[in-house]
Amino acid sequence: MAGLDLPLIGVVVIATAVLLYVLLDGFDLGVGILFPFARGSGERDVMMASIAPYWDGNETWLVLGGGGLFAVFPGAYAILMPAFYLPVMGMLLSLILRGVAFEFRLHGRRRGKRLWTIAFAAGSIGAALAQGLIVGGFVQGVKVAHDAFAGGPFDWATLYSLLTAVGVVAGYALLGATWLMVKTSDDLHGDARRWAGAAAVATAVLLAVVSLATLGVDPRVGARWGFVAGRIDLAHMSPRLPIPVLGVAGLALVFWGLRRSAHRLPFAGALLVFLSGYLGLAASFFPAIVPYDVSFREAANSPGAMALVLAGVAMMLPLILGYTAFVYWLFRGKVAADAGHH
Amino acid sequence: MGLDAILLSRLQFAFTIAFHIIFPSFTIGLASYLAVLEGLWLATKREAFQRLYLFWLKVFAISFGMGVVTGVVMSYEFGTNWSVFSRASAPVIGPMLAFEVLTAFFLESSFLGVMLMGWKRVGPGLHFTATCLVAFGTLLSAFWIISANSFMQTPAGFAIGADGRLLATSWVAAIFSPSFPERFAHMVLAAYLVTALVVGAASAFILLRNKDQAESRIALRMAIAMFAMVAPLQLLVGDYAGKHIRMDQPSKLAAIEAFWETKAGQPFHIIAWPDRKIAGNRFEVSIPHLGSLITAGDANATVTGLKAFAPGDRPPVFIVFWAFRIMVGLGLAMIGLGAWGVWLIFRGGPERSRLFLCAATLMGPAGFIAVIAGWTVAEVGRQPWVVWHVMRTTSGASPVGAHQVSASLLAFLVVYAIIFVAGALYILRLMARGPGEEDAAPAAADRAPGSPFAAAPTEP
Repeated sequence: MAGLDLPLIGVVVIATAVLLYVLLDGFDLGVGILFPFARGSGERDVMMASIAPYWDGNETWLVLGGGGLFAVFPGAYAILMPAFYLPVMGMLLSLILRGVAFEFRLHGRRRGKRLWTIAFAAGSIGAALAQGLIVGGFVQGVKVAHDAFAGGPFDWATLYSLLTAVGVVAGYALLGATWLMVKTSDDLHGDARRWAGAAAVATAVLLAVVSLATLGVDPRVGARWGFVAGRIDLAHMSPRLPIPVLGVAGLALVFWGLRRSAHRLPFAGALLVFLSGYLGLAASFFPAIVPYDVSFREAANSPGAMALVLAGVAMMLPLILGYTAFVYWLFRGKVAADAGHH
Repeated sequence: MGLDAILLSRLQFAFTIAFHIIFPSFTIGLASYLAVLEGLWLATKREAFQRLYLFWLKVFAISFGMGVVTGVVMSYEFGTNWSVFSRASAPVIGPMLAFEVLTAFFLESSFLGVMLMGWKRVGPGLHFTATCLVAFGTLLSAFWIISANSFMQTPAGFAIGADGRLLATSWVAAIFSPSFPERFAHMVLAAYLVTALVVGAASAFILLRNKDQAESRIALRMAIAMFAMVAPLQLLVGDYAGKHIRMDQPSKLAAIEAFWETKAGQPFHIIAWPDRKIAGNRFEVSIPHLGSLITAGDANATVTGLKAFAPGDRPPVFIVFWAFRIMVGLGLAMIGLGAWGVWLIFRGGPERSRLFLCAATLMGPAGFIAVIAGWTVAEVGRQPWVVWHVMRTTSGASPVGAHQVSASLLAFLVVYAIIFVAGALYILRLMARGPGEEDAAPAAADRAPGSPFAAAPTEP
C-alpha cells in the first residue's frame, strides 16, 4: 500500500460511513419522531412496517462509525467519546428503547403496545436530540491536553448545541416524512405530505439559523467561509459557495415536489439538504477531526493497522453496498395498508 | 480518573457485557438451528419442520433485536469509559473490531430482514440462503470478538512502541493468539448448548401438558441429541483450555482453584471460602492430589499458587473460584441430562417421563448462567490486567468523573431491567403457546408468516 495516503483514504471512509448513517438512520429515526402525530394504532403499524426491513442495517452504519473511528482514528475516538460521555450514553439508551420497540410493540397487548409506542417515539426523539447535541458540541470545539480530553462533563451543553439538536430533530422528521411519502398511500400518504411541509419549513429556518450561528461559533470557521472582521472575502467564499447552494436546491426540490404531489422528489430533496449540511460542516473544520486542535493525521492509527482495515474496507464495502441495495430493492414499493393487522 | 470512577466503569462494563452476551450466545446457536430446520424442511417437505422454523424465528427476532441494540453500546463503551486502553490497543484490536462490523454485522442485519419479512418476496432457495448467511454472520462475529478478547488474555504478535501504543508485528499471531482456538471453540459450543437447552426446555414444557404435540416431540429429540453430544465435548475443550491457562495465565488458574501455596500434589477444593485478606482459604472441603491431576494431568505435579504473585497482581479469588464452580457444576448437570435423555429416547421416548420433562424445563436457563459464569472466570480472572501483563485495568480508564459514570450505570440498570422483563415476558409467552397451527404455511395471506407482524395479536 506504499504511495497511498492512508489517513486521507481513512477519513473519506469514516466520513462516508457517518454520512450514510445520518441519511439512512435519519429517515427511520424520523418516522419515530413523527409517531406522536399519527392518527392511530393502524397508521403507526404501517409507519413501522415501512422501515422494519431496513432499520437494523441502517443502524449498523453507526456501529461502523464508532468501530471504524476506533480502528482508523483511535486518537480521535479516545478524545471524543469521553468528551461527549453523557450525550453518547443518552443516544445509546434511546436507541435501545426504540430498537427493541420494533419487536416488542408487536408482542405487547393493550398496555404493552402503548408502552412500546411511547418508547419508540421517545427513543427516536432522544437519539436525534443526543446526536444533535454531539454535533453542536463538536463544532464548538473540544478541549484537549496531552492527547486526551481535558474539558468538563457539560462542555457540550450550550445554546448553540441545543439549536443544532432541535435542527437535527426537524431534519430527521423531514427525512422520515418524505420517506413515508415514498412508501405509503392513501390517508397516511396525505398525512406524511403535511408533516413533510411543516418539517421542511422548520428545517429551512433552523438550517439558516444554525449556519449563521456556526460562522460565529469560532473565528476560524467564519474565516473559512470568507467572513473576516466583518468583511466578506469573496476569494475564500466562492469555492465553498456550491455547498449552501446545494442545500437551497434541496429545499426547493422538497417544496416543488410537495406542490406537484410527487411521491419521491421530496425525499431526494431532503437527502440533498442533509448532504449540504454535512459537507458544510466538513468544510468548516477539515482537516481537524477533533476541532480545532487535532488533525486527522495526528489521530491516525499505526500505518500497519490502517492498511489492514482499509484493505478490508476495499474488499467488503462493495459487497455491503451490494446487499444493502438488494434489501432496498427487494422491499421496494408501497407498504400494504393492512400491515400489522394479520 | 479516580478509583471510584474506575470501579463504576468496571461495574458498568461488566453489567452491560454480561447482559449483552445473553443474546448472542442464544442467537448464534438459534441461527444455526433455524438453518438446519429450514434445510430439513426443504429436503423433506415435512410441515413440522416448517412450523418449528416459523415458531423459533419469532423467538429469534426478539432475541436478535435485543442483541443488536445492547451490542451497539459495547462499540462505544470502549471509548467512553476506557479511552486510554482504546488508544493504546487500537493498532492491534481496532482492525479486529472493524472486521467484525464489516464482515459480520452488515451481513446479519441485511439478511435478517429477508429472513423475517422476505418470505413472500423471495423463493425458498434464496430464503434458505438468507438464513444460512445470518447463521454464518453470527459465527463470524463470534470469531472476531473472541479474537480481540483472546488477544487481551494472551497477547501475541505485537511490540510496544515508543509512545506506549501496541504495534502489531504479526497479524496472524495477534488474531490467532495462543488462547484463541480453544476459546473460540468453547464459546461456539457454549452457544449451541444454550440454544439446545432452551429449545429442549420449551419443548418439554409443551409436552408436559400434551405429550403428543408433534413438533415439540421432534424438537425435544433434536435438542437432546445436541446437548448429549456437545456437553461432554465442551468439558473436554474446557479441560484443554484449563491446561493452557496453567501455562499462560498461572495466576488465573490459581484463582480458579483457590491454590495459595505453590506445591506438588495440590488438592481439589470442591468448595472453599478464599479470602485475599488472609491470603488463604477460611474454609475448604478438598480431595487430596486431585487438583494437580485436573489442572496438570499428573497427581504429583507442582502447580503455582497465588502467593507466588504480589498481592496487587492477584485476581479477585472468591469470584473466580465460585464462578468456575457454577459453570462446571451446570456443565456436569447438562451432561447428565443429555445421557438421561438419550437413554429415554431408546426406551420409548423422553415425553413419557414427566420427571425428565420437568428436569429439562428447569435446565432451560442453565446455559445462560453457565455462559455468564464462564465469562466471569475469563474476565475477572484476567485482573488486574486489561491486556495481560501489558496494561493494568486501572491505567486504561477514561478521564470521566464518578458522577457521570454513576448516572449512566443507573440508567443502564433501569433500562436493561425494563427491556429484560419485557423481552423475557414476550419470549416466555410465545414458548408457553408453543409451535402449532399459528405457525402455518404461508397461505393466501399477503403478510409473510415469517414476518414479525404475523406474531401481532389481533387488535383488542
